[in-house]
Amino acid sequence: MKTWFLDRLQNLGQWGLASLERLGRGTLFFIAVVGGIPEILRRGRLIVAQIYAVGALSLVIIVVSGIFVGMVLGLQGYNTLVDFGAAESLGELVALSLVRELGPVVTALLYAGRAGSALTAEIGLMKTTEQLSAMEMMAVDPLHRVIAPRLLAGIISMPLLAAIFSILGVYGGHFVGVTLLGVDDGAYWSQMQASVDWHEDIMNGVIKSFVFGIVVTWIALFEGYDTVPTSEGISLATTRTVVNSSLAVLGLDFVLTALMFNK
Amino acid sequence: MQNNNTNNAEPLVRIRGLTFKRGQRAIFDNVDINIQRGKITAIMGPSGCGKTTLLRLIGGQLRPLSGSVQVDGVEVPALSRRALMNLRKRMGMLFQSGALLTDLNVYENVAFPLREHTPLPESAIRDLVLMKLEAVGLRGARGLMAAQLSGGMARRVALARAIALEPMMIMYDEPFAGQDPISMGVLIRLIKSLNEALGITSVIVSHDIHETVSIADYVYILSAGKIVGEGTPADLASTNSQWVRQFMQALADGPVRFHYPAAAIGEDLSL
Amino acid sequence: MMTNTRTLEIVVGGFIFAGLVALLMLSMKVSNLTDIGGTDGYEIKAKFDNIGGLKVRSPVKMAGVKIGQVSAIDFDNTNYKAVATLKIDRRYDKIPTDTSAKIFTAGLLGEQYVSLEAGGDDHYLKQGGEITLVSNAVVLEQVIGQFLYNKAAGNDKK
Repeated sequence: MKTWFLDRLQNLGQWGLASLERLGRGTLFFIAVVGGIPEILRRGRLIVAQIYAVGALSLVIIVVSGIFVGMVLGLQGYNTLVDFGAAESLGELVALSLVRELGPVVTALLYAGRAGSALTAEIGLMKTTEQLSAMEMMAVDPLHRVIAPRLLAGIISMPLLAAIFSILGVYGGHFVGVTLLGVDDGAYWSQMQASVDWHEDIMNGVIKSFVFGIVVTWIALFEGYDTVPTSEGISLATTRTVVNSSLAVLGLDFVLTALMFNK
Repeated sequence: MQNNNTNNAEPLVRIRGLTFKRGQRAIFDNVDINIQRGKITAIMGPSGCGKTTLLRLIGGQLRPLSGSVQVDGVEVPALSRRALMNLRKRMGMLFQSGALLTDLNVYENVAFPLREHTPLPESAIRDLVLMKLEAVGLRGARGLMAAQLSGGMARRVALARAIALEPMMIMYDEPFAGQDPISMGVLIRLIKSLNEALGITSVIVSHDIHETVSIADYVYILSAGKIVGEGTPADLASTNSQWVRQFMQALADGPVRFHYPAAAIGEDLSL
Repeated sequence: MMTNTRTLEIVVGGFIFAGLVALLMLSMKVSNLTDIGGTDGYEIKAKFDNIGGLKVRSPVKMAGVKIGQVSAIDFDNTNYKAVATLKIDRRYDKIPTDTSAKIFTAGLLGEQYVSLEAGGDDHYLKQGGEITLVSNAVVLEQVIGQFLYNKAAGNDKK
């Protein structure tokens, strides 16, 4: 019995040490990639191609989700507010929920699933087919040439995607609340405008999406770069990307919210 | 940039006392290897004996545990990043699968090292790329995407890419593995002609005996971290070593046993 | 896969444009950015015993129409009153000097705002003017207290 317990403890210790080692490698990776950014900024073509792959191709899922989340907010919000005779505050409810929380967070989660896993698979495949190795042997640093543009693209795309999500959500809520459920159009917008503060709410939301963009893209790229170079390894890596970045986003969201929205 | 083909005593790659381990397993145990300039040297041995690792050690992607790896007089593991990068521009490597960049087409793949490392104008790059492709016989395929190529064609394009910067040495990682006879013939011819026409030192890592021996000037046979045989193909054909003989003649049983170690069969069966 | 470079660049440009437009719309339509800096207006003061939940940027309405907003809230230490500075849009420059100001609540749980009821004077309020006829915010606790007190008093009389 005692040995069983000690074995579990030892496993836990090993797991902890392995995770720490991984985190260290990931950090060194991040620093090396960031070091390549100045050099890459001069090669706009590479960055543009990546913004397309990572941002523009995610638009469809973001647009659809934004509209639907906004509509659900409108519906659920109305159901709750109407009991307090406060249905006119629907605009405020929808906008604040989106801009402060749902916009940045849901966008980040969707992005992790769509763009993050694609990045991991792509880099993992490049590693498995020795393309990264070939680049090294051709005296081209793959961290600068391949990874850095993708990181930049993620950082640029995320806030834009979150903004698109939020504004579409606001209109989705408007459609349900005003057009379908009869909330006053003027009240929807005016209450919203009175309570959504540009610095406090919108800018903080943008800062959140910047942070999420960095973290999710970093995790996705590192998992691909660090993967075991087999097809099984890539599949495990893509799963890890989605899980780890989702957890990171939710955890960071709490920290950022606590820091930003302290009354 | 011609390398002289004379019998230069100082080898291009000089490896002494190389030791490299992966975990507990010794991939190389105090190994000495000479790669002569302008010659085709083959490194052979059973699968998993670390042949590819050797190429990585020469190219500076891995560091030896102990021992010296010198390329053209410089100690590779001791190089700074920048110096290593400069050295790599003078080495070409052909990977087993070609390792072409999948998002580029044939032309762009061959142009890649030229674009990254030279300030040449587009017209000069175009001429160079087309000449390299012509040398491997694929000038007409320049518009194809990397994914559209067969294995053999991909390797030829990779070869064109490897010679783009006119290196002093090319390393071939299992160039004959899994090829149909015609592709094999094409590759053999290309390796031979590159070596003869341009004086490029060639290092071939392979376990395809017949093909390799047909063009190699000197052969090393590795097993379990040590060199078990070396010499010209003629030397090896008339060797006394049991081990070399088993390997060269592809015998099923010899020093490398057919049966995995086990108890006597009489004890195992229930008879 | 190398899609046509030109198409790619156009799509990326479109994507970035859409994102910036979204941000712009969030700023303009959703938030109070248009109010910051405020419309051009003149400022008048009103002193209240209790401003309740009135905040800076709370609207100032007349006949239900928003004509300005509260630009500052201060405390007068000499007569212990709250001083609200109201910034009125320049278009509405014919507000009589005997206009009264009350603090109302929009809806049951809504935000509070200043409601102005026009007086009859020929003279109009200008920059730096003050509204003297003032009625305080309705504080919920006082109303409940009042109600309970009246109820108790009513029971006593029986």
